[in-house]
Amino acid sequence: MAKEVSPGVKALRKVVEDVYADARKAHAEGKLVGWSSSKFPCELAEAFDLNVMYPENQAAGIAANRDGEIMCKAAEDLGFDNDICGYARISLAYAAGKRASRKFDPETLEFIIDPSTGKPLKDENGNVVIDPETGKPKKDPKTMQPYTVLDDIYEIEALPETTEKEIAYKNFRREAIKPYRQMRMPQPDFVLCCNNICNCMTKWYENIARMRNIPLIMIDIPYNNTVDVHDTNVAYGRAQFDAAIHQLEQITGKKFDEKKFEHACENANRTAKAWLRVCDYLQYKPAPYSGFDLFNHMADVVTARGKVEAAEAFELLEQDLAEAVKNGTSTTPFPEKFRVMFEGIPCWPKLPNLFKPLKANGVNVTAVVYAPAFGFVYNNMDEMARAYYKAPNSVCIEQGVDWREGICRDNKVDGVLVHYNRSCKPWSGYMAEMQRRFTKDLGVPCAGFDGDQADPRNFNEAQYMTRVQGLVEAMEANMANKEAEGK
Amino acid sequence: MSVFTLGIDIGSTASKCVMLADGHEIVSKSLVAVGAGTSGPQRAIAQVLENAGKTKEDMAFILATGYGRNSMLELADQQMSELSCHAKGASFLFPDVHTVVDIGGQDVKILQIENGVMTNFVMNDKCAAGTGRFLDVMARVLEVKVEELGALGAQSTKKVEISSTCTVFAESEVISQLAQDTDKRDIINGIHHSVASRVAGLAHRVGVRDQVVMTGGVAQNTGVVKALEEELGHIIYTSPLTQYNGALGAALFAYQKYQKEQKG
Repeated sequence: MAKEVSPGVKALRKVVEDVYADARKAHAEGKLVGWSSSKFPCELAEAFDLNVMYPENQAAGIAANRDGEIMCKAAEDLGFDNDICGYARISLAYAAGKRASRKFDPETLEFIIDPSTGKPLKDENGNVVIDPETGKPKKDPKTMQPYTVLDDIYEIEALPETTEKEIAYKNFRREAIKPYRQMRMPQPDFVLCCNNICNCMTKWYENIARMRNIPLIMIDIPYNNTVDVHDTNVAYGRAQFDAAIHQLEQITGKKFDEKKFEHACENANRTAKAWLRVCDYLQYKPAPYSGFDLFNHMADVVTARGKVEAAEAFELLEQDLAEAVKNGTSTTPFPEKFRVMFEGIPCWPKLPNLFKPLKANGVNVTAVVYAPAFGFVYNNMDEMARAYYKAPNSVCIEQGVDWREGICRDNKVDGVLVHYNRSCKPWSGYMAEMQRRFTKDLGVPCAGFDGDQADPRNFNEAQYMTRVQGLVEAMEANMANKEAEGK
Repeated sequence: MSVFTLGIDIGSTASKCVMLADGHEIVSKSLVAVGAGTSGPQRAIAQVLENAGKTKEDMAFILATGYGRNSMLELADQQMSELSCHAKGASFLFPDVHTVVDIGGQDVKILQIENGVMTNFVMNDKCAAGTGRFLDVMARVLEVKVEELGALGAQSTKKVEISSTCTVFAESEVISQLAQDTDKRDIINGIHHSVASRVAGLAHRVGVRDQVVMTGGVAQNTGVVKALEEELGHIIYTSPLTQYNGALGAALFAYQKYQKEQKG
């Protein structure tokens, strides 16, 4: 039976679907579509009614759809090193026109099915049907998929279309591109980059701009060596906002609309506040949902935080969660035995593998660092500049530790699971020191594992399982020790 | 009548078993120098039972650990990670232990111990430099037996630097040193320091507190132990049972589980 989806989750899914659909429509109508880094001040683009897409979310979606590897390899073939962030590689390959597509026979225009795909066929009683010839379970043909191949939209567009056969082939090749929204995102007409989220962004977006010969609006946010953001930094950020507005006026041919901007800020603040309240529900013991669910809602807070629909959807989710707490229900499909903070971005291509030992051991993720990272609230343009200075990889270790230890305490965690993400050196680099501080300050065990947010080649399930089991055993021992000490 | 429990440690390069009587007396042990996915586990189990003149049915509780622990689920009553089992074994052999350094065939673990149980740990990432496999590769290139490395390295008179970044690159460094007629004993000493430096880097992440105990096959290499003592600035204790430490911990846990079952 399909899992029941709450009204809030449904609304949040629709918000993201609509953002993509609106962008596709705008592109088809010849209107401008931009690509933006996740923590670029979206309020500015909203003031110009621009359709903006977010390559980080897109890459996460492509990776979760198991096409991360083919896209990463495509970027490597273009000359990008495999040490570069997996999101960047996927995005750069996409910007170059590369697409994960479905293999088909050019003569018959029929898809060629990969026999290794598909779920077992079940009879009317739900039993698996065994093939008498092979003795193995039969596959459900409806769930079998064609082979995945790499294609290129610019190669497709250059194909001739003089004969009917050529036209049919060209159309079929276009349609063979995988149909999920992240693989059908429009190409950019301009790019908006704010490097607060990660310094790799700078070169990533410069490359896209050069590749597509389109304008780049860059907002540079220096790394914060102190917890407080200095006024000079705020002035630097604010001046860049003003310059970005001027550039957007040139790109769109429109004047900056103060009213629309203020409205977008109101929405962004409302979304951020609702998002923070949703995050706070993880403090309940047992929690009514999992931090992994928050990862799924990241798309909304990134792609649509300046839209009223996102604020409303998060407020709806908040109501669902209040109801869940009242009824003592949870979306976590197992009893919560341990509570951990999951540090870092998940390995999207390996989500089921990531979840398996957590479920088996009753480990619920009740803390993730995204809550404060995207829940920023401000009252004017200067405060907005100050808010955009703080992102997970732009703050000093003291601020980073403070954020995390605050959530760990509030959300009552028993341990920390750290993803040493091969794609994200800035994030993973200071985790060894953070782990040391978590154990010292919070008295909880930490386990680290190697993986990648988008490239499945960097994750080893056997190693991960041992580390999770070790963490569980250490949490058990730690709890027993505390109990013995009468804490 | 005694209660017998069996601990099985299926590592990546060896299979080890320890049988305990009443949770404290080692009555039998076995070691076969091949690990997960080979005939090693079954042979090690057959040997440990045969040595003691016992059958599987005589075992009150069987607990599997190590990389291949999940392949033992038909025989074993339970499985646990090698992390906890090494902590348990080391705490049995050295009751005052606070840090365990275990260098196995393909991984390195540093365990923090409080009151005889593991409270935190750190492991190497996906790189096998600094592990037992690293030393195997080097011994092969140097045409010496891996068990001879300790004694040969002790005769070194000159410092040679070998990088610890990557097993494959370190191998080519060793080959280049050999081509320059560098004394093998100096190269071996350099290799030991290379392993120690990598392991120490990991150990400092989780913290090092006395007593420090080293377990796993590599603890038999006195050269690595000495180099690690220098790197960490702590005395390192080892046991003749070092290779059996994980299996010993598993057998100890098996006895605890048996007792818990009895209490209902």
